[in-house]
Amino acid sequence: MKRFAELIQQLETSNKTNDKIAALVDYFNEADDLDKPYVIAMFTGKRPKRPVSTALIKLWAVELSEIPEWLFTESYHNVGDLSETIALILPPPVQISDRKLHEWIKDLALLNGQDDTHKKAFIVNAWNSLETRERFIFNKLISGNFRIGVSNKMLVNALAKQSTIESSKIMHSIMGKWEPSDITYNDLIAGVHVNTDNSWPYPFCLAYALESEPASLGEPKEWQAEWKWDGIRGQIIKRNGELFIWSRGEELVTDQFPELHFLANELPDGTVLDGEILSVKEGKVQAFSILQQRLNRKTINKAQLNDAPVGFYTYDLLEHKGRDLREDPLATRRQLLEQTIQQLQTQDIVALSPIVIFSDWTSLAKLREGARELNSEGIMLKKLDSLYHSGRKRGDWWKWKINPYTVDTVMIYAQKGSGRRANFYTDYTFAVRDGDQLITVAKAYSGLTDAEIKEVDRFVKKNAVEKFGPVRTVKPELVFEIAFEGIAESKRHKAGLALRFPRIARWRKDKKADEINTLDDLRQLLQSTL
Amino acid sequence: MRQNFTYLDFVYYHMALIKFTSKGIYCAQGDFYIDPWKPVNYAVTTHGHSDHVKSGNKAYLCHELTKSILNHRLGPDLNIQTLPYHKQITINGVKLSLVPAGHVIGSAQIRLEYKGEICVISGDYKVEYDGITTQFEPVKCHTFVSESTFGLPIYKWQPQQEVFAQIKDWISGNRDKNKTSVLTAYSLGKAQRLMKGLEGYGDIYVHSSIANLNEGFLHSGVNLPETIRITPETRKEELQKGIVIVPPALSDGRWIKTLTSPATAVCSGWMQVRAGRRWQSADAGFALSDHADWPGLLSAIKATEAERVYITHGFTATFSKYLNEIGIESEEVKTQYGNEEEEEEKS
Ligand SMILES: [Zn+2]
Ligand SMILES: [Zn+2]
Repeated sequence: MKRFAELIQQLETSNKTNDKIAALVDYFNEADDLDKPYVIAMFTGKRPKRPVSTALIKLWAVELSEIPEWLFTESYHNVGDLSETIALILPPPVQISDRKLHEWIKDLALLNGQDDTHKKAFIVNAWNSLETRERFIFNKLISGNFRIGVSNKMLVNALAKQSTIESSKIMHSIMGKWEPSDITYNDLIAGVHVNTDNSWPYPFCLAYALESEPASLGEPKEWQAEWKWDGIRGQIIKRNGELFIWSRGEELVTDQFPELHFLANELPDGTVLDGEILSVKEGKVQAFSILQQRLNRKTINKAQLNDAPVGFYTYDLLEHKGRDLREDPLATRRQLLEQTIQQLQTQDIVALSPIVIFSDWTSLAKLREGARELNSEGIMLKKLDSLYHSGRKRGDWWKWKINPYTVDTVMIYAQKGSGRRANFYTDYTFAVRDGDQLITVAKAYSGLTDAEIKEVDRFVKKNAVEKFGPVRTVKPELVFEIAFEGIAESKRHKAGLALRFPRIARWRKDKKADEINTLDDLRQLLQSTL
Repeated sequence: MRQNFTYLDFVYYHMALIKFTSKGIYCAQGDFYIDPWKPVNYAVTTHGHSDHVKSGNKAYLCHELTKSILNHRLGPDLNIQTLPYHKQITINGVKLSLVPAGHVIGSAQIRLEYKGEICVISGDYKVEYDGITTQFEPVKCHTFVSESTFGLPIYKWQPQQEVFAQIKDWISGNRDKNKTSVLTAYSLGKAQRLMKGLEGYGDIYVHSSIANLNEGFLHSGVNLPETIRITPETRKEELQKGIVIVPPALSDGRWIKTLTSPATAVCSGWMQVRAGRRWQSADAGFALSDHADWPGLLSAIKATEAERVYITHGFTATFSKYLNEIGIESEEVKTQYGNEEEEEEKS
C-alpha cells in the first residue's frame, strides 16, 4: 500500500508525461506482483462493487474525528474531495499496518453483504492503521473512483516500456475481459486471456483538435472529410456469432441498444465497426440531449425507443473477415466499410457516416458553418493514407470543431476554491434574465486569468449580500460571456434547460447587467436544436 | 457563568483597550495602532511580513530583529523604536511588551495591559519550535486576537523532522537524476527555516532577496546556517550539486529555466491539500508552514484562557463559529492581513 501511495503522489505532483511514465515504470518494476493487476484495473476504470455507502463512510469519519458535521462539510468544500477530506481530518493512526494493496481490496470486497457493525469495525480499524496518504488511497478504494490523470495510453506506454511487449498488444489485453483476482500480471500484459475472448475491442483511434487553419494540412485531395458527430463513440464487434457493442469508455453497452441487435444476424463473422451511436429520427441526427435519455438505463421502455430511436453511423472498419485492417490505409478500409454496410439487409439504422465532398479548404470551411443544422459539431479530417492508430497520434486525424454557442450572463453566486485558492472566490454561478427575475443557467470554474480571479474575488468580498455556508450571493453586476457546447431540456434545473460544458469565455466589462441574455433566448435556441 | 454581566457590559469592559477600525487595530488609551494597513502616527508592528507592515507610518515600534527587515523593505529613514522580548514600556498608562510568536525571526505578539485588563494581539504565530525563531509563548489574557490562516481541521502538520526527511529524500532523488533542486520559500521566515532544516545536507544557494535579509539578521547577531548568495557568476554545476532557495515570485520565471534540469518544490501549508499542490506548477509540494495548524491554534487559544477571542485573517467565520460551539466566546473581524504569500516583492 505504501508503494502505491508513493506512486500516486508522484503521479499527482509531476506534470510532465515522461516523469509520470517513469514513475509508473518504476512502480511496475518494484511493486508486489499480486498488486499489479489491481492497479491496472483501477487505472483503466474497472470498478468493483462499492461495499459501503458514502453516507456511512462520512458518518463514521465525523464520529471518529469528533468534530461537528458542519465543520466536516466546510472542510470538504475546501478540499473538494471526500476521500481526501476524511484522510486529513481523522486523528493520527494508532498502529501501522503493512498490508498489501490487493489484500485491502479483497477484504473490502468481502464486506459486501455484511451488516453495518461489521463494516464499521473494519473501516475504522483500517483508518486507525494507515497514515494520511494511505488512508486517502484506502478511501478511494472504497469508492472505486480513482482518477489521477493516467490515461490508458500513458499506462500502456509505461507497461510496454516495463515489459518490452508492444504497446498495441498491451492495449488489447487490458481492454479485454479479465478479473484482477484471476490473472497474473505477466499473463495479463502478455494477453493470455484475450485471444479466447470474442468480445475484445480495438483501442480507438482518436483525433487532435485542429487549432491552426486547415490550409496548414497541405493538399485537400490527401484528406477525407466527415461530419463530427456528437454522440457516443462505439465499436461493434461480430465474432463467432456473437455481437458486442463497446462504448469509448470501454464499457460493454450491447444491451442498451436493441435497435442494433439485428447486426448479430446480418454482419459477417470477424467484423469490427467503428462509429458513433446517435439518436436518428427519419434520417436526421438528433441533438445529444435526445440520445442522453437512452444512456445509462437498466431497462428501456417503448416510449423511450420511440422518442429517442438509436442508430449507428459508421466511420471505419477495423476487422474484415477476421483480419485486422488497422495497418491498411484509410482509403482501403473505407472501401471495405462501404461494401460491408451495403450488404446489410436492414437499411437506415446502421449507415455510413457520409463523406463531405470538397475541393478546397475555403469551400470546406463554408460547409462547416452548416454543421450545427445537422446537429454535428464540425468536421473530421482524416488523411487518406492514415493507419488506424491506437489512441491519439498527431498528424493523421484532426477534429475541426465549430465555435461554441455563447450567452451573456450575470454572476449571482460565488464560492471559494480549494487548497491554495481557498482564500479566493473562484467558483461562480451565472444567471440570465427572465422578466424581472434572474434564473441560474450555469456554474463555471475555469476561464479567467489569475489577475481576473483576484479582481472578481475583491468584488465578491465587497459585494456579498448573503451567506449560505461557503456560498455568497453577490450583487448581480459582473457580466460574463459563457461558452457551451449544447443545450438540453432539464427538469432538475429551475430554468428548465441545462447547458453542456459551460465555461467562461470572457469577462464582459463592457456590458451592464441589463444587457444580458434572457431565458427566452435560450429557449429559442433549445427549440432550434430539437 | 457571567450572571450579572450583560453582553454590553462585556463589550465595554473589554473593548476599551482595543478597537477594530478601518485603519487597523487601535488602542485608544495609548493612541497607537497594531499592524495598521493605512498610514498612522504610531504603528506597533508584530512582524515584517508585507501584509502586517505598510510604509508611510510616522513611527514604528517593533522587536529588535524586525528593524533590519523594515529598513530593508520600507527604506532606511524610518523612525523605528525597538524592544527585546518581555521588556515592558508604558504608553499613556498602557503597559506594552512583546512576546515571542514563533512565526518568523523577530515576530512578536503584542501584550497590552491597562488597569489590570490584558489584551494580546498575536499577529501570525506557530506553536512548533523551528530551531531558529524564538519559540511561541502563550500569554494569559482577557482578550486574545488570533489569526486563523489554517483554521480548518484538515490542516494538521506533520512534525517538521518528518517533513524535512521528505524534502531531503526529494533532494537526493534529484541528485541521482542530475537535477537541480529548487525550493521556493517566502524570503522572510520560510527561507531561514529551510536553511536551518537542510543545514549540512549540501551547499545552500540563496537568491539575493533572501541573502539581503540574512545579512541584516547576521548583523543583528542571529546565528544562521552558512549560505551562498547566487550571483550572475554562480556556475550552474555548483547549483546542481547544491540546494537552491528562491522566493515564490521567481518560481515561474525565466531564471529557473536556465538551470540544469530544475526540479521545483513549494514549501507551504497549502501543500497539505492535493488541490493546492496541483495548482502549483511545481514538481513537488511539502506542507511546511510558519502558521499554527488546527491543533496549534486551539491549544494556543485555550492556553491564553481568554474570555473573548477575535479571529482575524484566514478561515475566520468557520473558526470563530467552532470556538463559540466549544464554549470560547469568539467573533470574526475583518482585517487586511493574509496576503503575505501573494505580495512578495518581485526582485
Ligand atoms: Zn506573517
Ligand atoms: Zn498574517
